[in-house]
Formats: sequence, C-alpha cells, structure tokens
Amino acid sequence: MERRYIHCDADKCTGCRICELVCSASKEGRFHQELSRIRVAQPTPTIVTSIACRFCENAPCIAVCPKDALSMSGETNTLKLDKARCTGCGWCIEACDFGAIMLDRSTKSVVMCDLCLALPEPRCVEICPKKALSLSTSEAVAQKARNRVATTSKKL
Amino acid sequence: MHSYSGRCLVVDLTTQSTRLEELPESLLSRYVGGVGLGTRLLLEKSTPGAEPLSPDNPVVFASSGLAGTMVPTASKHAVVTKSPLTGLVGDSLSSSHWSLALKRAGYDALVVTGIASSWVSLFIDDDIVHFRKADHLLGKGSSQTEEAIRRETGDNRVRVASIGPGGERLVRYACISNDSNRQAGRTGTGAVMGSKRLKAIAIRGTKPISVWDLDGLQKVCAGLYAKAQSSVTEKYRMLGTPANVLVLNRLSALPTRNFQQASFEGAEDISGEHLAECYLAKVTACATCPIACEHLYRVQDGPYAGLEMMLDYETLFALGPLCGINSVPAILKAAELCDFYGIDTISTGGCIAWAMECFEKGLLTTNDTQGLRLSFGNPDALVEMVERIGKRDGVGDLLAEGTRRASAQMKGGSEHWAIHSKGLELPGYDPRSMKTQALGFAVGLRGGCHNRSPSYEVDMSPGVDRLKAEPGRGLLNKEKEDFAAVLDSLILCKFMRRCFEDFFLEASRLYTLATGINMSPADLRQVGERVNNLKKAFNIREGWTHADDWLPPRMFKDPIPSGEAKGAVLSEAELRMMIDDYYKARGWTAEGLIPPRKLKELKMDDVIELLNG
Repeated sequence: MERRYIHCDADKCTGCRICELVCSASKEGRFHQELSRIRVAQPTPTIVTSIACRFCENAPCIAVCPKDALSMSGETNTLKLDKARCTGCGWCIEACDFGAIMLDRSTKSVVMCDLCLALPEPRCVEICPKKALSLSTSEAVAQKARNRVATTSKKL
Repeated sequence: MHSYSGRCLVVDLTTQSTRLEELPESLLSRYVGGVGLGTRLLLEKSTPGAEPLSPDNPVVFASSGLAGTMVPTASKHAVVTKSPLTGLVGDSLSSSHWSLALKRAGYDALVVTGIASSWVSLFIDDDIVHFRKADHLLGKGSSQTEEAIRRETGDNRVRVASIGPGGERLVRYACISNDSNRQAGRTGTGAVMGSKRLKAIAIRGTKPISVWDLDGLQKVCAGLYAKAQSSVTEKYRMLGTPANVLVLNRLSALPTRNFQQASFEGAEDISGEHLAECYLAKVTACATCPIACEHLYRVQDGPYAGLEMMLDYETLFALGPLCGINSVPAILKAAELCDFYGIDTISTGGCIAWAMECFEKGLLTTNDTQGLRLSFGNPDALVEMVERIGKRDGVGDLLAEGTRRASAQMKGGSEHWAIHSKGLELPGYDPRSMKTQALGFAVGLRGGCHNRSPSYEVDMSPGVDRLKAEPGRGLLNKEKEDFAAVLDSLILCKFMRRCFEDFFLEASRLYTLATGINMSPADLRQVGERVNNLKKAFNIREGWTHADDWLPPRMFKDPIPSGEAKGAVLSEAELRMMIDDYYKARGWTAEGLIPPRKLKELKMDDVIELLNG
C-alpha cells in the first residue's frame, strides 16, 4: 500500500485543537491532549498547523530505537510498536523531526498516529470542522502543488 | 460526578500559602461554572464592603463542567471580583488555552486573596503551586510576559494569564490577558490583580478529563460542529464581528464622537468588508471552537507597517467611530497598545472620546495635554492617549480612573458626556435608537453591557419597534439576561447560540453527558435566573441603590442628529416605565430589591445564609 499520512492544510487550520481532543477521546477514552497522536503547533498567532506521524520512508525513530521495538508495517505502511520491547526511553521522540511521537508515562511506552485503521477514516480527518485535515499521500500533495503553480504561473 | 474535579484552589498571597477546598455536587449543579460559580465563590470569600483594590477583595477564576471536553467553544473561564470601576460585581470572561490549562491542572476554580509583599507570579504545575519573584517581569506586556515565563519554564504547554503595565499601575479598567490575545476585558479585573502585586498566573495542566458518556457526547458535538459551519455562524466566520459596523451605521446605532452622533461618515473605511479586503492576514480560533471568528489583520505600509493585530467590533467601534477615527492602521496600533498595557479597549475608547469632547469644549487645553491636539478624528492623538493612560502620564492619569470618576473631578458639565452606566463605559450600541438595549444598559448588573444584557437582539428582531419603549420589554430583557447567564456559566460562547435548535434541551443534555449530573431543560433555564439574582444579591450587599440603574444625561437631552433614527432620544418617563416593568418581571420589589422568597424559590438557601452572616 502507498504511504499515507495525515496532511494539514495550514491555510485552513485555525488552531482550535479539536483534532487533539477527538484523537485522545478515541485512543484514550478521555480528553487528554498530552497523548493525542496529532498535535497542533502555533509558534506565532498567524502560523498554525497540525502534525502527526508521517511514516518516513527512512524513519529515524526506527533506526535509533535501542530495543528494536519500532518497525514499519509493509502491509499498511504505518509504524508498528512492540510494546513488550519498548522501555519508554524516548530516543525515538528525540529523533523525530516532527515531534510526532508522545511518551505515555502510565504505560511506560510511546504512542503515535496509526491512521485509525480500524475506522472508515481517521477520527481527526472526520471531525476537523474546517476540513483542513486529509488522509493523503506525497503524490496527492505534490499533484495539488503542481496544479496550483500551473494555474497561477503567468509564463505558461 | 465527572469532568468536574470538585476542587477549588485557594491561594493567599499575604501568607504565600495554598489550600484545597471541596466543591460539592450540590453547589456545582446549581451554579454550574463560569460567572455563576465565580460569583457564588466571591460572595462567600469576600468581606462585605471591601474596597475593590484592597487585600480583602478576592479575585476568582472559575472553570466549568464543559471546559476541557470537546464541547464546542467551552474552553472558557470567568474572572469574578468586586470591580474597581463600578464597586459592584465585576465578572469578565476569557477563553482558550489558559482556560483549558486551569481545568486540566485539576481545578474547577481558583481563588486568589491577600496581597504579596513584593511582586510575584504564580506557577501552578498541576498539583504544585510555586510563588516566584516577578520584579523582572514588571513593565512587560502580556505577550512578553508569556514569552518570558515560557522561556523560564522551558515548556510551551505553560499557559499564562497576566496583567500589563496598566494593571500594575491600577488603571481601573485594566484587564487580565491570556494566550497573547485573549482578555478578561471588562470591569477592571486586572487592576485587582495589580493591587495584589500578582503579575501573572502560569499554569501547566497535564491531567486528562473524563466524561460520563463519551460516545454520547461525541455524537452531539459532531452535530454541533457541522452546524457551526452553516449559515447560522456565517457572520462570525466570514467577516467576524466587524461586520456589525455597516449594519449599526445604517440603523443609527453606531456611537460616534462620544455619542454625539449615531452614524459615522467614515464607516466604510473601517468596515468589516474593507478590513477583509485590505488587511486580513489569517483567521484563527480559540481552543475547541469550530467557528473561528478571530480575524487577524496586518498593516502593509506606513508608520505601522508589519503590525499584526486581532480586532473585534467593540474594539473597532471604541477606538474608531467613538473617537471619530477612520484610519485602520491607527485603530490597529491603538488596539495593540491597549493589549500591551493590558487595558480594556471599550473603556479606553470611552475615556479618550470623553476627553476629546472636553478638549473641543475647552475644558481641556493644550496646556493640560502637553501640547497634544486632542480632537476627534486625530489618529496620532488616539495612539498617544492610549500610551498616556497605560503610563498614567499627565491627563492619562485622570482618564485611567474611568469616565465617572474623571468627570466628577473635571466638572464643568462634563458629566453630561461621561457615557457609562454604574461606571462602566457603554459598548457600541446607541441606546437612543435601541430602547430595549437602553433598559439593558441601565439595569445591567455589571454596568452597561451588551453581553450580559444582550437586548439589542430584541430591538433587531422582526415585529419590534426599536425606537419605542413599551411594556413587555422588561420581560424580554430579563429573558435575554437569563439566557446570557446560562451561556456564561456553562460556559459556552455566545456565537454558538444559533447552532442549537432547542437550546435548553440540547445544552442540558450536553451538561449531563459530560458531568453525569442530572439537569433538565427547566433546571438549566432556572440557572440563568439564579445567577442573575446572585449577582444582584452581591450588588445589594455592596451598596447598590435604585438610583444606580440609570443612563447618562446625554441619552435624555441630546437627540440623535442624523440618519435613519434622526431625532431619536430617550425620555426619563419611558426609561422609568421600562425599569419598573423589568423589576416586576424579575419578581423584585418596586425599589429593585430581591424579596427573600425569591431566593428560596430559586433554591438559594446557601446565599440567604451567607447574606445573613
């Protein structure tokens, strides 16, 4: 299966963090933004976006894990965690360029986006009030960019 | 009981000590949260007759049963204290991440009492409360204070509510700011915080919030999120509240040049439409809000190039038409300075407009203003005066006291154009062309306010003659006030109100799904009436009299000079009639006092007990 991830259209994102609330409700059974698998970053009032695991082709989290607890599922192209191996050391968190891995202190292991594979679509994508989130592929995002630049280019 | 923690954190700054108090279900279910719970705690924790800027006046921060959940727009908190501007109940709402942090740290309310011996900030790290020196934060605006505290704690999750230099200097309408651009704006809560030498309250809240029926709650909320994208919220999503400018201008209800006119020839220049076309940089939302009404504007050129600022209708009206200003960059700059100094934009605009009229009528001269030409329409004077109020510099020191005190000191007939009710400067609806709103402003429990007494909605509804005062408006105003008090206690943003088809049915269900506490639609309806009687009971205890429910002389003497409502004015007899009608609708005495049986009927025996000492 082609690699898919949660893509956020930053122009549409308002920073409401409803994605964090529904993600934690879905995964944790309560509202717990600390353990939401998708996190909002808003470094300035006008810059805001949501970030979840991108299932990197050459994932640094997998490479650094000293317990080999992380692997990429060939079938779904999502990150798999062997909870029995994970010690919650957090090296994967340090290795991730996106801050997309969270430490769950109660289970002493890490959590990250799993695309809600058991559901028809990821909860955050389903609920985002501004439709800023989509389950996307690099190719789909690139196609959009190509179409945009083709439409706006004055030299064509 | 779910969602609620049932815990109130009490912080005594004098002794630098803290304690936890239990908030039982019987109390929470009756006062719910926000303004209701906050006022109830204020009544209990304050000394009757306490001077607002004294250690005996506590400041209460109240969360709610819905905050911290996915209920749309519920990420809010109320700040309640005795107002240094009105001497009566001062309740103000703010929203977003600090509100969430308070709840997630495990508190339904925070009460701060006493006075620190030198400037401090609080750092509430879930269960641990740190008292930290704050001298190095003095003089900083709210955004810089937040940045500094986050740098010190090294954690972006730390959320900060703070006062600016205006609050430090006890400007009587100083506000408490959080998340860089949200404010508990009105009634001077920031001056109370300043009087306690409390610069900031930082919170790191990391606890989960559990609800009674998660699946049920998720289903109802998903429906509301969808509704929040429909036509019922279009105004807020598309232009934001600045959409009001042209509407109110057409109705002769846009207060202009300190209420000398009710329409503004420069309205097009500052309209929501013009702002969207020429200045809009980004639309953002408070935490858990599916609507997103925050319109951030950017100035492209001129002396304020690069400035980015959020603007709502009230700020726009107060720093714009009210002062005769049609320069968007100057309004944005003045708004930015208000946020830096941490002062309420409505009262600031009201005070500057009052001073401009004093200047034009010769009561203030360039000798008093250090050479500044303080005329209506002078954008540089507007910007400069915000600075002077924030610094209490020169005439700014007088204006920092609010229009009621400033005009009492100035005399010379300036009371005539001191546009306030109970000391709170009026917001952007002209009461002469909106007579139900005139009643709302006159009887408003925190002073003249369109949020607590939103009866402009009555005036703007079909079949109502807004220029006419008639029996029945008392009941309509009461109903609007009680509905507002329910929203302010749940807490839900008013911009969500039209997303409900049967509000009391749906909102009571939301409350039960979140908290597990039984609440019928009738119970919830009664909460509104209970909260307003509670606020009134506080006011009566603090010396409110019948004469306080009134409007400034201009409303009776100066008819609106032009526009659709040309000639509209208020008569004393018609306002008196509406006030009597309102007291009757409330079941109060002819003097506006609450008969004890009313409190019993509203299940407020605890309040009767508190009042009897």
